[in-house]
Amino acid sequence: MSTTEDTTKTDDGAWHGDSEGLKEFTLRLRRFDPESGKAPYYEEFVVEMEPHRSVLDAILTAKDHEDGSIGIRCSCRAAICGSCGTRINDKPGLACHTHLSDALDRSKDGKITVEPMGNMPVIKDLIVDMDAVHWKKQQRVTPWLLPQEPLPVKEHIVPREAMVDVTQSMACIQCGACVSDCLSMEVDPLFIGPAALAKAYRFVGDPRDSRHEQRLTDLANDPHGIYDCTHCFKCIEACPKGVAPMNQIMRLRRIASADHDIEDVNDGSRHEHALVNHVKKWGTLNEAQLVPDSKGGKLHPRSAKEIASSVSVIATALLRRKVTPKTALIHHKNPNQSEIRRIYSEIGARDERLELNLYITQPDEPEAPGDQDSSHEAQIESTGDQSAVNTPATDRTH
Amino acid sequence: MKVAYWPGCVSRGFTPELHGAMAQVAPALDIELVELNRANCCGAGVIAEHSQELADTLNARTFALAQKEIEQGADMMMNICSTCQGAQSECQQRLDASAEYRDEVNRHLTPEGLEYAAGIVNKNFLWVLVEELGLDALASKVKRPLTDLRVGPFYGCYIVRPNDRIGIDDQHPRDTYLEKVIEALGGTVVEYAGSQKCCGFPVALMNAETSFKQAGRHLGDAKDAQADCLVTPCPLCHLNLDMQQPRVNKVVGRNLQMPVLHLPQMVGLALGMDPKALGLGRHVVKPTAVIDWSTSVVGAVAA
Repeated sequence: MSTTEDTTKTDDGAWHGDSEGLKEFTLRLRRFDPESGKAPYYEEFVVEMEPHRSVLDAILTAKDHEDGSIGIRCSCRAAICGSCGTRINDKPGLACHTHLSDALDRSKDGKITVEPMGNMPVIKDLIVDMDAVHWKKQQRVTPWLLPQEPLPVKEHIVPREAMVDVTQSMACIQCGACVSDCLSMEVDPLFIGPAALAKAYRFVGDPRDSRHEQRLTDLANDPHGIYDCTHCFKCIEACPKGVAPMNQIMRLRRIASADHDIEDVNDGSRHEHALVNHVKKWGTLNEAQLVPDSKGGKLHPRSAKEIASSVSVIATALLRRKVTPKTALIHHKNPNQSEIRRIYSEIGARDERLELNLYITQPDEPEAPGDQDSSHEAQIESTGDQSAVNTPATDRTH
Repeated sequence: MKVAYWPGCVSRGFTPELHGAMAQVAPALDIELVELNRANCCGAGVIAEHSQELADTLNARTFALAQKEIEQGADMMMNICSTCQGAQSECQQRLDASAEYRDEVNRHLTPEGLEYAAGIVNKNFLWVLVEELGLDALASKVKRPLTDLRVGPFYGCYIVRPNDRIGIDDQHPRDTYLEKVIEALGGTVVEYAGSQKCCGFPVALMNAETSFKQAGRHLGDAKDAQADCLVTPCPLCHLNLDMQQPRVNKVVGRNLQMPVLHLPQMVGLALGMDPKALGLGRHVVKPTAVIDWSTSVVGAVAA
């Protein structure tokens, strides 16, 4: 899913895997053994393999033939177990799920550089301490179902569509690739992070769970919770399973704010409402107003605090004529603002949110001809979802 | 060429110098700007976080307004804000994926006489420079090459990720365009760790420490790599990297003094335009390392 095979690159028939298709690849591995007392260093290994073989195969070959002390964690070799998360040429992913040819294409120097994942301490070579970071954060979000008591006598029956919605976060194999590249965690190690928050959505989106509001109140008010995500898309790019953790974090925010009216101490929901209301009022953002509006209004102590710490910035901006008192106070209204307001009221009047989840609903025209089953129309029939849009049965609130 | 032009909110708000610079640079590049005055905020990802349908409808409205201009002879829609590009591309991906969903959204636009038809071409100025104008044509217009100017490209997030939505592939290596433009203008590209990382702006009001540590890290990396300045296609990145730099300095405990140029400003400098007219004097961190104000010569001068 994360690697795309470029079939145009068939240099000397290498893809067919015959003996003539063997090619030399140079692996550049980051080596580190904390017990040795030596600093980390890079070591190169040359392996001869077919280009369609995986980076993991190449590392294990080097380990078998050249240096048995190379440290790598792996198990299934089939992108299921999530053990071999590494950084290959600066991009996180599964070593078993990355073809040598693809890794080489991304290389700047003709070598395949493999490093341990980021944001986690290194135990040895390519093995990171998942317990210290990843698993601890998973535990933070209470990653199990908290159902309504008493439990049903037999199984808990839920509508099919309701469970389809959480399949995306259930696809996570706990490899840690998203944690490795998280840019918030890079500066704030306490951030709960993409993998654990995607897991949180797995339960907040599950109709059998009875503690949605408590879970969301907790995650919204944690200064390192859902509002600490910087929306950088790194985790979406990193995930080898298409979980798109950032999208799940945005859904957590949406449900916390719209369905449960949670006003968090981090100003997350206030900022969201401020921005939404600005566009409703003016059509564009009124930046000078956005700060006080996100902090609970001009007279709120939080606004005063924010403005106090921004005094030097505001003064410089005024001095440089970046902002003038006039532009700060009077905001231009869109000439067709009544139309924008009408759109707001039409959508606000809906009982159910209208959403299109492209993970579940495939695009209209499938790219590969003959791939009819994944078409939009087929999806409607097979799921019985007449509008082909994902409409969770939740009330809308403003 | 003629484009349906969406300047965004920030370029007319806290970074007015960006809008002004674009207005000056466009005629020099033979780009006719038809401004979409009735269009609305892209939502910056936050409206989508609130209501996907609302964000998709608001952006479908902007696209429909742009398509009216395209019917009248504009070649495509153009924006000058990475965040607009990313937020609008996200909505476009959903709108273009399903005719049924698009019909639902278009129902809100009908009373205004608008309709979005799938497949609008909406390009950031950076992409227009490389893909429409061409680097050779750009280089041929240079009057004052950025000789000796060491520039760190700062893409931010929205214009490079996710790469399938943004349209990055072998034919369109859009995550390398800033470097190519810097070189075409005669400048020197500075490699540093933060060029495609997050500036921190989205969490500035929720977690200022996280936000300013991010900005400080990238500005510091660029400084360590001896950059004279950064250049960015994103005015929101500019707010965190330039306007907030005094606060960033306090958080990271370092006097960074790193000027940050808007992309059209850098192009304008190389085309020989007056630095002041391009709004360089309006930055919080004055680009004294970029411009010798006494002679208006572009290039590194002693600090």
